[in-house]
Amino acid sequence: MKTIFSLEGKVILITGASSGIGKAVALQCAAAGATCIITARNEMRLQETFDGLRGEGHKMVLADLSSLLGVNILLSHILGKIDGVVACAGIVETKILKFTEEEDLMRLFDTNAFSSIRLIRELVQQKKLQNGASVVMISSISGTKCGYIGGALYGATKGALEGFAKATALELSPQRIRVNTIVPGMIETPLLEGSEIGSEELEVDKLRYPLKRYGHPDEIGYASVYLLSDATMWMTGTSLLIDGGYTLN
Amino acid sequence: MEIKQFIADFADQFDETELNEFQPKTEFRELEEWSSLAGLAILNMIGKKYGVKISASEIKGIDTIEALYNLVLSKK
Repeated sequence: MKTIFSLEGKVILITGASSGIGKAVALQCAAAGATCIITARNEMRLQETFDGLRGEGHKMVLADLSSLLGVNILLSHILGKIDGVVACAGIVETKILKFTEEEDLMRLFDTNAFSSIRLIRELVQQKKLQNGASVVMISSISGTKCGYIGGALYGATKGALEGFAKATALELSPQRIRVNTIVPGMIETPLLEGSEIGSEELEVDKLRYPLKRYGHPDEIGYASVYLLSDATMWMTGTSLLIDGGYTLN
Repeated sequence: MEIKQFIADFADQFDETELNEFQPKTEFRELEEWSSLAGLAILNMIGKKYGVKISASEIKGIDTIEALYNLVLSKK
């Protein structure tokens, strides 16, 4: 049975699809009936995501979106127009400001902000977005609602995405294209493993969430399906907060 | 690489603690000024000055500045 939340008949592009949130978004989009175009830099892990996609007709494209060339390689594989895009590519780095260097600034902005902004700009300029399409960007509570020690640059990149989304939502409204962000709290992803934050500290941190746990990547996938679906055709410029209640305190 | 320099780099991450409190056998978590921010500063300092990445789980069983120095040496 096709519900209002179904993505049947929609072609959805998902970046950062080789792991974590991007992978979960791709799997949930396919489960909701979408035809997915997934992209990332790591072939082996992207193939794993691809193999897990339900249904037929999906496509995977290896691309490094940190350069215009990479974006154009990706877009050359998109022949028609797409009905939605979820920009998930991102990295987390924990470094206090006094130890950050120019290259940290460039790397984080390239991966977390510029790659998504550049991709959406090119999708618009090359007229690859269907009228009524949905653009979803993965932001964070860090940089938009709160911050964490060692997260100044990371937060700055996520704040940049929020700013970009608001103005772009206005500019694309004549084509009924919606632009929304998802604002997650901490999500259990491989980004957390091997980080500077210890496992005991993480357990303590979880207790600061009123719902007493971190989010699952799938939960960002469900929200993405919602924002991509026809259920949200009148939603644009929204920042959808999914944080287990963290920012209530 | 000498422990004297490492201790100086370690001490440089603190503002209030007297320099003579930083000795090889100093149990750094017992310092009044110790905090999660100081801990992150130490890990970042080791990454930048010594080119060694140490995760939070590796530093878990380390109590003294000397033991931390030896861990850095072993990873260089």
